[in-house]
Amino acid sequence: MSITRFVTSDGLPGLLAFLSQNGRRVLVPVEKPANKRSVVFEAWKQGQPFTLEKATVPPKAAVLPQCETLLTYKKSKDPENPERVSISLEDGIKAQPTVVFACRPCDARGFAVLDRPYLEGPFADPYYKARRDQLTVLTLTCASGCNTCFCHWVGGGPTSLEGSDVLMTEVEGGYVLQAVTPGGEELLAATDLPDGAERFPQAEEARKAAWASLEPAPNIKDAPQKLAALFSNTEFWQKQTDRCLSCGACTYFCPTCYCFSITDEGEGLSEKGGRRLRSWDNCMSSLFTREASGHNPRALKAFRMRNRVSHKFSTYPENWGAFSCSGCGRCISNCPVCLDIRAIVLAALNAKQATAE
Amino acid sequence: MATKKTSGKTKAASKSASKPVSKPAVTGAASQKQAVPAPARETQPALRPDAELATREVHSPVIREEGELALKESAVPATVETPSAAAGPAPAAQAVTRAPAAGKGMRREISPRPKPQGNPYKPMPATVAEVIQETGNIKTLRVILDDAEAMRSFSYEPGQVGQLSVFGAGESTFVINSPPSQKDYLQFSVMQAGEVTAAIHRLSPGDKVGVRAPLGNYFPYESWKGKDVFFVGGGIGMAPIRTIMLHLLERKADYGKISLLYGARTPRDMAFSYELDDWLRRPDLDCTLCIDAPSEGWEHKVGLIPNVLLELNPDPSNCVAVLCGPPIMIKFTVQALEKLHFAPENIVTTLEKRMKCGIGICGRCNIGGRYVCVDGPVFTWKELQELPPEL
Repeated sequence: MSITRFVTSDGLPGLLAFLSQNGRRVLVPVEKPANKRSVVFEAWKQGQPFTLEKATVPPKAAVLPQCETLLTYKKSKDPENPERVSISLEDGIKAQPTVVFACRPCDARGFAVLDRPYLEGPFADPYYKARRDQLTVLTLTCASGCNTCFCHWVGGGPTSLEGSDVLMTEVEGGYVLQAVTPGGEELLAATDLPDGAERFPQAEEARKAAWASLEPAPNIKDAPQKLAALFSNTEFWQKQTDRCLSCGACTYFCPTCYCFSITDEGEGLSEKGGRRLRSWDNCMSSLFTREASGHNPRALKAFRMRNRVSHKFSTYPENWGAFSCSGCGRCISNCPVCLDIRAIVLAALNAKQATAE
Repeated sequence: MATKKTSGKTKAASKSASKPVSKPAVTGAASQKQAVPAPARETQPALRPDAELATREVHSPVIREEGELALKESAVPATVETPSAAAGPAPAAQAVTRAPAAGKGMRREISPRPKPQGNPYKPMPATVAEVIQETGNIKTLRVILDDAEAMRSFSYEPGQVGQLSVFGAGESTFVINSPPSQKDYLQFSVMQAGEVTAAIHRLSPGDKVGVRAPLGNYFPYESWKGKDVFFVGGGIGMAPIRTIMLHLLERKADYGKISLLYGARTPRDMAFSYELDDWLRRPDLDCTLCIDAPSEGWEHKVGLIPNVLLELNPDPSNCVAVLCGPPIMIKFTVQALEKLHFAPENIVTTLEKRMKCGIGICGRCNIGGRYVCVDGPVFTWKELQELPPEL
């Protein structure tokens, strides 16, 4: 019997207080009133209001911060012999135990997508690994679909458990928590919440209802081959990306986009020194692949969007056996010109002739 | 060592065949497959409290050999890290750990090669020992790792690259163009083109730099044994050719005829000019030099590399052509080689792309699903033909 617990709606702050023990950082969705209202993950403090809405920005930064220091460098002189100079490089890999609270199944699946290249490739990324090892994901299952999300097209769903340690499902008066990993089990066992077994059937009903609310998903299993076959069809890609502004909002809001840049900041090698940073990068920018010679393998926005869509639906699946899109729909809802990645994939599937060399 | 690039699909198929889903003996395993009843959707996860706890179910669609979308079910034995002794009374604080997904790993194979140990982003401190002005815009740097032990034990294969750091300016990727037998220093030849290369050009002996190396794959020279090898270098593209050519000349007995065609725009654009007399004189190397347009005092060939190559007319029957140069030169030289009836698998080149991480993650040097930094930089023309045309 899986470990389940029940928490009342009023009991959530208490649960957050428990999760915050022992120096854990608990990232919760927080509402940000502004011209355009948004919901972002922030570290919870006692008494802080929070929401259980789907966040505007996914919690990707919990494992892959928008900007982080890879190294600090400085030079030091030997006091005995000032001619002798040495460099000191510090990588200072460290991570704080972190709980992501009430992300959605698409966000949790985003972590699973990132895990493959960052942990299972030819090199494991030590910065990512440190954070991932310390991460616990409590996922709130969705009560229904929405018109931009399509998690069930890409192997997920409103109750998907991939990437999660605990699933939370809303039932009358509160939430049923269900551990789905050993880590989640241990976490739930340590709470003083009552057992949730009695209410679990209600949670199951809610999950079924969530699935029932979805529009039927088209079959996109042929997307990898279709997209690959369309690679050289520039006309197709130009048509699909005609109105793209190359703004990169789609990559910024994406739970599975993981490209980054490395830059140096501060002084060069001096006694003060500087640091080497990693920051999110954006494959929609023409500078992303432009070489110093001026040569650019992806000079057109059509080629850049081709890379983005192909990576998610063709080349990542080729390398890792799964789509690198979790269907959260944020690239659709945040696109200033209403580009819809679903439409591009479907257009590729329906394209008559594959290649126009 | 040949670059082993099996097709991703074949690989995956054999993997799934050899790795039966190993479920720990816990009851309720069957319930994993039992879908929450929503008839239209068969691929959704079963979520029941009696589902195995010790497993993390992965239900991403998997593209199988036959192109079927399937449920990839991975069951993982529970691996819970023991909390550290100092953890105190709340075990959950530390014990949360990520169960690794079963059947993990890439579906494409990365050939074995020397690679950096430890944090792959952390360069090794090094000192510039010598700077050679090759041409107006090319300099060669010889750098020595500051850690004497690291320098002594540093090993690489010809064709592997390094990320050279000028702290404050950044990193760029260059082939290590000394032959691996050269143990005293690492040599990089750098054409000034952008910010980092400009900073590299400002370096003087004694300056401190950083090196992340060796990265990438290397020339599959073992598989060329017994064959003729025809090298074609264009401009700065001579750098990688130099390392593999000198490497082969050290083991000349294993190979047939070794030839070099080295071209540059003008005589003044020829890097390694101080070595050319030796290369021309060597009995074990058939060296041809060419420039694009006639120049006073030039005693060698005149013409574009592909044309001179056609004129030289190398015999393709037992020969590997190895070329490096700017993209336009590669394009036309490959055409010339095809005209000469070189088979695609006997044409080998090494590519350049803008790179950041150098370890297959950051996402800009990919050609389709392959990353020049880990699947390359060395590719056969056959391998490139199977990839999308995104050079």
